[in-house]
Amino acid sequence: MKRRMAKDTLTGWSMKAAVLFANLLVFLVALGLLYKARPILASKSLGHLLTSSSWHPLKGEFGFYPFIVGTVEATLLSMVLAVPMCLLAAIYLAEYAPRRLRESAHIVIDLMAGIPSVIYGLFGIIVVVPIVREIGLALGKQNTGYTLLSGGVILAIMVAPVIISVTMEVLRSVPAEARETALALGITRWAAIKHVVLRHSMHGVLSAIVLGFARAFGETIAVMMVIGNVARIPRSVFDPAYPLPALIANNYGEMMSVPLYDSALMLAALILLLVVGGFHLVAHVILYRIEKRW
Amino acid sequence: MRRQIIEEKIFKALMIASLATVFLALLAIIVIIVARGAKAMSIDMIIKLPEGGYYLGKGGGVANAIVGSLLLTGGASIISLALALPIAFALQREYIPRRIARVTRLALDVLWGTPSIVYGAFGFVIMVYLGIGASLLGGIIALSLLMLPIMTRAMEEIIRMVPMQLKEISYSLGTTRLETTFSVVLRQALPGVCTAAMLAFGRGIGDAASILFTAGYTDSIPQALDEPVASLPLAVFFQILTPLPAVQDRAYASALILLLVVLLVNLVARLLSARFSRNIIK
Amino acid sequence: MPHISIQNLNVFYGKQPALRDITVDIPDHKITAIIGPSGCGKTTLLKSLNRLTDLYDEVGTNGQVLIDGDDINGPKANVLELRKKLGYLSQRPFPLPMSIYDNITFGPRIHRMKRLKSLSRLGDFIRLHQVENFDLEQALEEGARKKKGASDLLVEFYLRLAGLWDEVKDRLGAPASRLSIGQQQRLALARTLAVEPEIILADEPTSALDPLSATLIERQFQALKQNYSIIIVTHILRQARRIADYVLFMYLGELVEYGPAEEIFHAPKDPRTKAYLSGEIS
Repeated sequence: MKRRMAKDTLTGWSMKAAVLFANLLVFLVALGLLYKARPILASKSLGHLLTSSSWHPLKGEFGFYPFIVGTVEATLLSMVLAVPMCLLAAIYLAEYAPRRLRESAHIVIDLMAGIPSVIYGLFGIIVVVPIVREIGLALGKQNTGYTLLSGGVILAIMVAPVIISVTMEVLRSVPAEARETALALGITRWAAIKHVVLRHSMHGVLSAIVLGFARAFGETIAVMMVIGNVARIPRSVFDPAYPLPALIANNYGEMMSVPLYDSALMLAALILLLVVGGFHLVAHVILYRIEKRW
Repeated sequence: MRRQIIEEKIFKALMIASLATVFLALLAIIVIIVARGAKAMSIDMIIKLPEGGYYLGKGGGVANAIVGSLLLTGGASIISLALALPIAFALQREYIPRRIARVTRLALDVLWGTPSIVYGAFGFVIMVYLGIGASLLGGIIALSLLMLPIMTRAMEEIIRMVPMQLKEISYSLGTTRLETTFSVVLRQALPGVCTAAMLAFGRGIGDAASILFTAGYTDSIPQALDEPVASLPLAVFFQILTPLPAVQDRAYASALILLLVVLLVNLVARLLSARFSRNIIK
Repeated sequence: MPHISIQNLNVFYGKQPALRDITVDIPDHKITAIIGPSGCGKTTLLKSLNRLTDLYDEVGTNGQVLIDGDDINGPKANVLELRKKLGYLSQRPFPLPMSIYDNITFGPRIHRMKRLKSLSRLGDFIRLHQVENFDLEQALEEGARKKKGASDLLVEFYLRLAGLWDEVKDRLGAPASRLSIGQQQRLALARTLAVEPEIILADEPTSALDPLSATLIERQFQALKQNYSIIIVTHILRQARRIADYVLFMYLGELVEYGPAEEIFHAPKDPRTKAYLSGEIS
């Protein structure tokens, strides 16, 4: 009996230690990156680093502005493309679709979420890039196809499973009574969705979009395969761009030989962590509230 | 009234079109990768290492990347599992107060959403600290960080669904938390736990950004933990960047292998969960 | 001194009182029924006897529950021993996620009970009980020839004691979840008895069952009360009238009246008891 109790206590404590580790991990990652980013933060002010457009590592100039603009624009573009379509698809699946279709859609969405980034990137190179180039040329824009728009399209496809699945869950958590009360007034299903269901689940839908945004913001490989990677602020969607994650991924080879270079890249990783982590924090707190888990 | 009905019809058409677009996108991706990959696909691609002049279009295959990916993801799975199971079990109400469990869940959600390139960068920081270079061990560390929250969160969701009454019955027989957890909760949650592990494996094996500077790349199969290791996603990535069409075709073939592996993992996960559900209480 | 003596027991859910100042002695070797309208604290009272309430961190307790003279909430109390001594049957039977056979041996195995291994000890123990149509000596002889003879006999004995043996003897290896719900409840009874409790707590044990299975369970209880003290929570008045020797009537967390069944049913003193028995409140 004593041995059983001792075993239980011992494992109990080690399991709690593992929980503590999980909670500390977020801070550990942030602190580790901050530690490596300190040299560059010591040499230049953060404000200067974030707003300067001059990226010349050999001269010791590390202006993140074009990369930040590249990330934000590619992400926003993907949101513009993905959000309306994903919301409509999710509403259909949650409100209109027969059960069989909804279940098979779940499988398709899981599958999409599980496809590796490189494969999305390859798809971008084979299909999206040539189409974008033709469209650009038709509109009189000289371009290679490796552009902001291609990046946006690929990101839009990649965030679709996130937005659709979260939105579906949120919509399905709206109580049936809310729908029935509205329908009992003799309005169409769509009107009930528009006026009752969506109003009920606005916060949740917003969280779904935020989660999609965060996913796109941090995506690396697929985007850098199609977006061109030129460190200049794009003037149109047919110009190449250079997002932050791609900056980190592309330069790891040289970073050890140039002073402050590694520090600058770690700072970029820290920025990504803070932005994406912040978005996730907000979105999940809202979603927990909806599930009444707080 | 008529306006309402027309509006509904229009929106319904838009919804169906949207859903069809999403489905078609997935279909297009699979069809195109399969079609392009099949061209350069051969048994050599799977069983042979890259030979001299492979990157100029000569003979060989990507066995180094296949084995490397399995080593990396296998190793990372073991580490993640060793941490994920205790954490997921500890989030039960017998172990920690529900308030702390909620905070932990939130922390895991944030970790789940953290971009893999960040784990790559952090893995690199750890490697510099430990004084090791790009290697199997480095890749495993970075990949474990990526897989841990996915595995833990998925397992925890499953474990939370084990009915409290079932646990009450086990406790009423005079069992400790550990005995109930292992003999009853784990058994009841086993199908879900396996699925969660496979889900994390699938995510891990397809990820490139976390191992880009932690695992390195090599044409051979590593013999020790401190040697660099190749991987399928990076094989795709590096081969597509070469200017030679013959090598690019191999990128597609490698991508096809990767896609098949991911689909296979998905399938196995579903089968496993069916296999283990014999004793489950519904 | 009776097995169970409850003195000034108060139980709270958060700040909400669930049980108010309960004081009562439970007679040994009798069937004691706790009756009262739903939500009056019957189940809470039952669960605070074997400290299942511990599982919920929002539940607070003060006052004393003495079992064989020891305060179960005292510093020296051993919750595992306590729960072993007080068997528990839940409202809905949850078989453990394992085979029928393992459901019975689970408790003895966890508690490393000697009878699981030693045929002679098991035989001595079984002789203390009366089991219908059971030739113990022949079973012992057969058991001696088998490798797991003791554990096989233990399973057979408890399944016979719970009146389930004849229905399941040919499929002991089958998952317990495949049994009908009435069979599952009798399996739960056998599983509970297998850890050799002295007291059986039953929380509306027949409410999920069909009338036939319910009768079977009631009959088992009648037979078992020679060896065990039984406390049964029930909201079915007729059931209490059929099987109870002693009755506790609870209302809104208070113990309103208690005494021998005859007295409570035929000459209730408190107007609330009268109202409940006549069906005015339910």
